Order: sequence, then C-alpha cells, then structure tokens
Amino acid sequence: MSGPAQVAPDGPPFAFTAENEATAQRIIGKYPAGRQASAVIPLLDLAQRQNGGWLTLPTLDFVAAYLGMPPIRVYEVATFYTMFNLKPIGRHHVQVCTNLACWLRGSEEIVETCRRRLGVALGETTTDGLFTLSEVECLGACVHAPMMQIGDDYYEDLSPESTERILDALARGEQPKAGSQIGRQGAEPVGGLTSLTEFYQDIPAKPGNPPGNPGGEA
Amino acid sequence: MLRDQDRIFTNIYGFGDLSLAGARSRGDWDGTRDLIAKGRAWIVDEVRKSGLRGRGGAGFGTGMKWSFMPKEVSDRPHYLVVNGDEGEPGTCKDREIMRHEPHKLIEGCVLAGVAMGAHTAYVYIRGEFIREGQALQRAIDEAHEAGLLGPDACGSGWAFDVRVHHGAGAYICGEETALIESLEGKKGQPRLKPPFPANVGLYGCPTTVNNVETIAVVPTILRRGGDWFVGLGRPKNTGTKLFNISGHVNHPCTVEDEMGIPLKELVERHAGGVRGGWNNLLAIIPGGSSVPALPRSVCETARMDFDGLAQAKSGLGTAAVMVMDKSTDIIRAVTRLSKFYKHESCGQCTPCREGTGWLWRVMERMCDGRARMDELDMLEQVCRQIEGHTICALGDAAAWPIQGLLRHFRPEFERRIKEYAERQKQAA
Repeated sequence: MSGPAQVAPDGPPFAFTAENEATAQRIIGKYPAGRQASAVIPLLDLAQRQNGGWLTLPTLDFVAAYLGMPPIRVYEVATFYTMFNLKPIGRHHVQVCTNLACWLRGSEEIVETCRRRLGVALGETTTDGLFTLSEVECLGACVHAPMMQIGDDYYEDLSPESTERILDALARGEQPKAGSQIGRQGAEPVGGLTSLTEFYQDIPAKPGNPPGNPGGEA
Repeated sequence: MLRDQDRIFTNIYGFGDLSLAGARSRGDWDGTRDLIAKGRAWIVDEVRKSGLRGRGGAGFGTGMKWSFMPKEVSDRPHYLVVNGDEGEPGTCKDREIMRHEPHKLIEGCVLAGVAMGAHTAYVYIRGEFIREGQALQRAIDEAHEAGLLGPDACGSGWAFDVRVHHGAGAYICGEETALIESLEGKKGQPRLKPPFPANVGLYGCPTTVNNVETIAVVPTILRRGGDWFVGLGRPKNTGTKLFNISGHVNHPCTVEDEMGIPLKELVERHAGGVRGGWNNLLAIIPGGSSVPALPRSVCETARMDFDGLAQAKSGLGTAAVMVMDKSTDIIRAVTRLSKFYKHESCGQCTPCREGTGWLWRVMERMCDGRARMDELDMLEQVCRQIEGHTICALGDAAAWPIQGLLRHFRPEFERRIKEYAERQKQAA
C-alpha cells in the first residue's frame, strides 16, 4: 500500500510572474476587503495558465498563502471544480462535449475522429505532449452541436472533416478559426432568419447541415 | 405571431454593432437616469406588474423576489448576483446575451440594483465561457468610461458597479446558494434554506440571485411598461422568451418568441422542422435536461410556458428544446443525462450522491435490457426516494427525466428486457 493520496503532484517552487502578480491584485480588488478568498478560483486559473495548464502542490500552497487561506480550503476547491487539472496536460486540451444535444448530432463521430487523428484514448495525452483528449459535459453551445472546446475557444457545428482540419492546423502550430465551422455568425438558423427580418434583411441563408451530420437535411 | 418590434433581443445573433454606440442605437441605455429617478418602489412594482417570472428555470416571480430584500440598508451592504453559470444541458441562451447583448444585461443590473438597494452586482459566468466573459467585460469598461457605471451611474447619483466572476466547471454552481458559496471561494455546495439569500446571502449580506436573461429583459420592460409585457404571452406566463432548439431539427437555433407558443409551431417555424418531418418525431425534452421528455402525441398540443408544460407533466425549465427523432435510442439518451447528474452531484446529500450513481448504473443495464421486470418498479421507487429528499433540486433533476421515460416509454423498457432474456435463453 502506498501512503495517502496526494491532492496534486509535487513540483518546483511556484510564484506569480510580475505580470500575473499585477493581474492577481486586480482580481482581488473586485471583492470587498477581507473577502479575498473569493479570488481563489480566478487565481487558481491564473496559476494553472502560468504553470503550463495544470496545478502542482506548490502552486496550490502558493495560492493559499497568497490569499491567506488554509491550504485545505484551496485543495477542496482545486479538487471540486473540473477545470482544474491536477496532472500534466497537453498543450492543447481538446474537450469534446458528449452530452445529449451534441450526442444527438454525432458527437460520437467527433470523439472517434479525435481518437483516430491523435492516436490516444479519452483522458490521454499524445506522446509529443501536444494534445490531451477529454470528454466533457455540456458546454452550453447546444444549438451549435456537435462542438468542442480547445483552450479558450469553442469550435462549433463540427463534422469529422472540420474536426480533423482543426486538429491538423493546431499540430502545424497554426490557430484555426474558432466558432462555427459552417460560417454561422451566432445562433441564427442556418436556413435563413425566421425573426428580426425587419432589422437584418440582407442576411443570407447559410448552407445546410454540416457534412457528415448523420441524417441531416438532404 | 410575435412582431419584430416586440422582440427585446434585437441583436441576439450578433449581426449588429456590438459596441456601446451600437447598443444605444438599438435603444439600450435610453433614459436610464429617468427610470432610476422613479425610484425603487416604482421599479419593483412595474416588474411585478409585468408578470416577469425568473428565466433560469424555476419561474419564480421576479418582482416578488426583489421585494424580499430588506427595505432599509443596514451595515450589511446588499448584493445583486447574476447567474450566468448556464450549465443545464440543452441551454445556451445566456451565452448569446453576454456576447451579443451585454449592454442589456449591464443596464438591467443597474436598474435591478436600484430596485434592491444594491451598489454592486457580481455576474457569475461559467468558467468555460471565456470569450463571453471578455465580451461582457469590454462592455462594462465602455459603460464605465461613458459614466453609465461608477460612483454616479447614468448621472443618477446612484453608485453602481458590475464585476465579472468566472466559475470553473461545476453544474451545481447554477443553484443559487451553491453559486454564492462558490463566489465566496468555496466548493459549490448548496446551503440549507432558510435563511434565504435575501436575508443571508453573499458574505452573509442580503442578496438576490437572478438569471442573466431575467435581468437583461428588465430595461425594456421598464421602458415600455409592465402592461406591454403582460400583453404578450398568456396570463401568469407573460412576455417573450429565448428558446434554444437543438437536436434532430433541420436548423438548430436560438430564437426569441412569445411565451405560450405551441411547441410544434416553435420547432416548425424557427428550426426548420423535425429532421424527416413531424411524423418522424419520437420525443422532445422541452426545457433542458432536468424536465421529462414528451412523446409526440403530447408535443402536438403542448404550449411553451410554465403552466402549459406543467399541464403536460413536464416543465419550461430553461426553455431548451431538445428534439429527438425516431432514430434515437431514447433510453440511451436519458442514460446519458443520468451519467451527467452522477458526474455533477456535489456529494453533500446521501440520496443524491448515492442515488445518481445508482440510477446511472441501472439505466446502463436498461439500455441493453439486462434487468428484471420488477426492477422497473424499483427504478421508479428509487427516483421517488431521491426526489424531494435533498437540499437542492439536482436530485429532483436526476429523477425527473427517468420518471418521464417510465411514464411514456415503459413498453420500450419491457421490450428490451424480454428480448435480452430471450437471447440469454437461446444462448444457454
């Protein structure tokens, strides 16, 4: 038997860069004096970004000391919220939504495409450390299903082809265009506007369903 | 049919200019100072008169909720907390407001703040909505620069500020007291009520938590009058609403229409109809993952508002309409939701923590028919043992979709169980 599970792996000592120090102070300033614990989630996020996308024990302890919180309170937060990664993660975190709205529109195919293209299973990282593939719960872009989040951006109205294009671009070090992959501006119906036509008469209808969407309108 | 001039969110798709100037050209921030000058009581009264019910799912009267805040501000400041956690599967309306109509939300915060004696609003946005948070922050900065926010908001003499706060990926933080806990820097676990947030909320101070859409419609209601809002929709279900239509439709979309619009009309007019035609429809979940699915026969006549869907033994919830055609394995679909609730249970109450996992495991077996007939009754019973026995409604939300499924699709469960048993017998 090994010892008690550690909340996060050990790592080198951690401190904010000068720039992040300033950001952290600005964040703390959003909350009333003495309520700096409110900043724990944004500061853990800041630390995670500085630390290459994941949190080590020294980063957690640093944030605890920075906010004057008992370390256990920070550990609780870091382990409760799914956006905190407590083990190393690839440079691009590919998070495919597989909840109902995306599943109905072919998220299984999107996961399969990612798995094949990246050569890893869900929860795994490619050997070059470039990609980690995850399945996530509803990301709140259901009328753009299927969709995935990579880094800070949403990629929506996906097909296996566009998914592959996005991953290829990232592998080449390019920044693929975020948002709808079939050219939608927002959440308007692709068939043309059914409301607000008085205001936006010149908005053309977009092409139909993304290719590869099973059973889409012929 | 709702006329465009009665639509509140005229830039919901982001086609127009997103800047403050653009928002102003669409009527935002028009005469805000005069509205503030009419005073706290007038604002609360007008909102009450409008019949506006919370757009986050529960549908509680907004004016009523605001009136629960203490009339006098003591040494504890009052807070407005805006719920932009938007995690209910199927729901993606607040996102559109934050990224395309942020000024409606900010102006609504000022007016709601005056109505409850608050000088600060925190907008709690789900952690994944990074771009949406940036869009909202840009709009807040613009509003500050124009003097619409700050020590003398809109020149009214009322100090007001709006602050963006991001979560980090926990569905439960959409529950108002869990959201408050999270905003205080803790795990998002719901609090026991009472005390209610209006007395003891954020930092122990009087607090009201409202959904993004609820707050964003307030300026228009105040400008056009509560009576205008009452003139739309049906009694007790007034006004307009953002609907998200996803799943097996030809043109998934978000659209604002009148409360009480027939479900069939909503799907056919705005979403291009069910894939393969209305007759290819199997079922619709009309209000986000937490409400029971309706079979096609009920969808024919169901109306999209609180009372209309309650009558159909479902709920309006967040008005997230998920359409499933006949190719859908409906038991598998609901099982996916069970997995979601198991993942998102905060672990505080035993019936939910243990029950959501149990429901998921049993549903997984039900997908293949690997179960006994009497387990269907057991499943129904366990749902009832979870429902209503937890601090918050996540337990209920986990139970309801399964209860709805058993109500409308029990023969499908039975068929699978029989077929599986048959196959086992033949293999033996």
